[in-house]
Amino acid sequence: MRGRIALMALALGGALGLAGAAVAQEKIKIGVSYPTPTHAWAAGMNWHAENAEKRLEALYPDIDLILVNSPDPGAQASALEDLVSVHQIDALVVLPFESEPLTDPVLNVKKSGALITVVDRGLSQPGIEDIYVAGNNPELGRVSAVYMKSRLKEGDNIVVLRGIPTLIDNERFDAFMAEIEGSGINVLDHKHANWNRDDGFDVMQDFLSRFPDIDAVWAQDDDIAIGVVAALKQAGRDGDGMFVVGGAGMKETIKGIMDGNELVPVDVLYPPAMIATAMDVTVAAFKSNGPVAGRYILGATLITPENAEQFYFPDSPF
Amino acid sequence: MADTIAPQPAARRATSLDIKTLGPAIALILLCVIGFLLNPAFLSEGNITNLLTRSAFIGIIAVGATFVITAGGIDLSVGSMAAVIAGVMIIVMNNTIDTFGTGIATVLIGCFCSIILGLGAGWANGMLTTKGKIEAFIVTLGTMGIFRSLVTYFADGGTLSLDYGIRDTYRPVYYDSFMGLPIPVWVFIMVAIAGWVLLNWTAFGRYCTAIGSNEAVARYSAIKVDRIKTWTYVLQGLCVSLATIIYVPRLGSASSSTGVLWELEAIAAVIIGGTVLKGGYGRIGGTILGALILTTIGNILNFTDVISNYLNGTMQGLIIIVAVWLQRGDWGRKGRTKL
Repeated sequence: MRGRIALMALALGGALGLAGAAVAQEKIKIGVSYPTPTHAWAAGMNWHAENAEKRLEALYPDIDLILVNSPDPGAQASALEDLVSVHQIDALVVLPFESEPLTDPVLNVKKSGALITVVDRGLSQPGIEDIYVAGNNPELGRVSAVYMKSRLKEGDNIVVLRGIPTLIDNERFDAFMAEIEGSGINVLDHKHANWNRDDGFDVMQDFLSRFPDIDAVWAQDDDIAIGVVAALKQAGRDGDGMFVVGGAGMKETIKGIMDGNELVPVDVLYPPAMIATAMDVTVAAFKSNGPVAGRYILGATLITPENAEQFYFPDSPF
Repeated sequence: MADTIAPQPAARRATSLDIKTLGPAIALILLCVIGFLLNPAFLSEGNITNLLTRSAFIGIIAVGATFVITAGGIDLSVGSMAAVIAGVMIIVMNNTIDTFGTGIATVLIGCFCSIILGLGAGWANGMLTTKGKIEAFIVTLGTMGIFRSLVTYFADGGTLSLDYGIRDTYRPVYYDSFMGLPIPVWVFIMVAIAGWVLLNWTAFGRYCTAIGSNEAVARYSAIKVDRIKTWTYVLQGLCVSLATIIYVPRLGSASSSTGVLWELEAIAAVIIGGTVLKGGYGRIGGTILGALILTTIGNILNFTDVISNYLNGTMQGLIIIVAVWLQRGDWGRKGRTKL
C-alpha cells in the first residue's frame, strides 16, 4: 500500500517536473545586466530598460526578460553567473561596468550557448559579442563642432568644458577639435568639469573672469551645461547671441529646446535609451526573419526645436 | 652654561609659534602672488568674490570639523549629509508650494527642515560614537554610505530639481550681495566668528581641546566627555545644514554627485590650518585660511593652461603637503640649533 502511494507520488512529481521543464523551454529567456543607476544618465537607462521590458513582454508572450542591476563589477560578474545557472538564459544583453573585469564572465555566458549583446562599453577581447549597440562618442564631438561652425565666424572665441578624464572624454574632445581646426574659431582653453553641475559652474566662473570675450561654450554634457548657464546668468553675460551646447539628451534640456531657449538652442544625443535598442535587436534575433548580428552604432543626432519632441520622455528621470 | 641655555626654549617657542600661526597665511599669500603673476585678472573684484563665495561651503563645514577633530573625533559623513539634506529640502519645498505658495514661507520651511536634519544627523553620529562606543571613523563611514544612497534613492537615481517659482524667491540667498559682499560670504564670516569665540573663549572650547589631548585625563577632571563629544558632532551637523542652505539656491538641484569628497576637503582645510589630526589643538582662523587655500588652488589651475589638466590633482596634493610642511616641519628649529 505504502509503496504504491510512494510510486504514484514519484510518477506525479516526475510528470510535474517534465511539464515545468516544457514550459521553461518554451519561454525564451533574455537576461539584461547593467550597473545600478547612481547618476541621472544611468537612471534614465534603467527607466528605458524597464519600459522596453514591459513593451516586449506584452508584444511576445513567450519572451521573458530578466533585468538585473549590480553595484560593482564583481557583483555584475556574479549576476551573470546566476543568469546562466538559475535562469538558463538564451541571450544576454550586457552593459559592462568595466571592460577588463567583465570580459571573462561574459565569455563564460557565451560558452553556455547564449547569444551575447554588448551595449555601450566594449569588451577587451574582440569577437565575443554577436551584437554590439553603442552611442557614438567621436560623432558627438564632431556634430557639436559642426553646429558651432554654423553659428560662429572666423575669429570668434569659444571655451570647452570637458568631462572626467577618460577615453570617452578624449574621443569626444579630439573629434571636436579636429572638426574645429582650420575654421578660424579660437578655442581659448579647455578644462575638466567632470560631467558635474557644480564643477561646470566653478570652471565657467573662472573662464568668465579670465576671458573678457567669449562667444560660445561647448559644455559636452547637459549637467555641465546647467552649471555653465547659471554662471553666465550670474555674470550677466548670457545675452549678445551667447550659446551653450551640451550633450546626452536630458529631458529638461530637450524641453528647453522645444520652448525655444536661445541660450541652449540645441543638444547632441547620447541616449540612455540605447539599452532599449539593444533589447529590441536581441529579441529580433529570435523573432525576425532577417539577420541581426552585427554592430549598431547610433547616430549622435543634433536635437533642434524641429525634432526635439521625439526625444522627449517627460516620465524618465533623465 | 645654564645661563646660556635658559633663554633658548623661549626663543624657540616664539619662532615655532610664529611659523605655526603664519604658515597658512604665508601659503595663501604666495598662492595669490602666483595667481596674479599668471594672470592679473586673478585679483579682479569679480574673481575675488567668486573665490570667497565658493570657499563658503567648505569653509562653513570645516569650522564644524575643527571642533570634531580638536576633540579627537572625525566626521566622514559631511559631504553625503549635505547631499541628503539638500535633497530633502528640495522635496519638502516642492511639496509645500500647494499650501504656502512660492513665497518666503516655503523657503523658511525648507531652511528649518535643513537645520533639524543637520542637528539630527549630527546627534546620531555623536550618540553612536559615544554611547554606542564605536570608532568615529567607522560610524561616519557608515552614515556616509547611508546618506549617499538615501539621496540617490530620493532622486530615483537622477536629479532632484527645485521648482522654478521657489527658485526665484530663494535665488538671492546665493547671488545677492550686502555691503559689497555676497550673502554666502557673510554667513561664512558669521560662522567663523561664532566658531572662534566658541573654541577660544568658552568652557566648551577648552573641554574639546582637553578631550582631544587626553580623553582619560579629561574624564578624571570631571568633564562630561560623552556629552561634549556628542555636541561637537551636533555642531558639525548644524554647520553642514547652514552650508546646504546657501548651496541649494545656487543651482537649485541635488543628486548623488552633490557634495562628493567634501568631507576630505573639509578635513584637509582643517589640517592645513594647523589643527592637529589626532586632536588636542584646534585653530578656527587657520581652518578659514585652509578653506581659502583649497579653493584658490582650483581657481588658479583654471586660470592657466601652463599645467596639463591631468596634473591638477598633483598640483593640489603638492600644495597641501607644502602648506602643512611649512608649519609642521622641523626646519625652523633646526636652523636655530645650528646657530
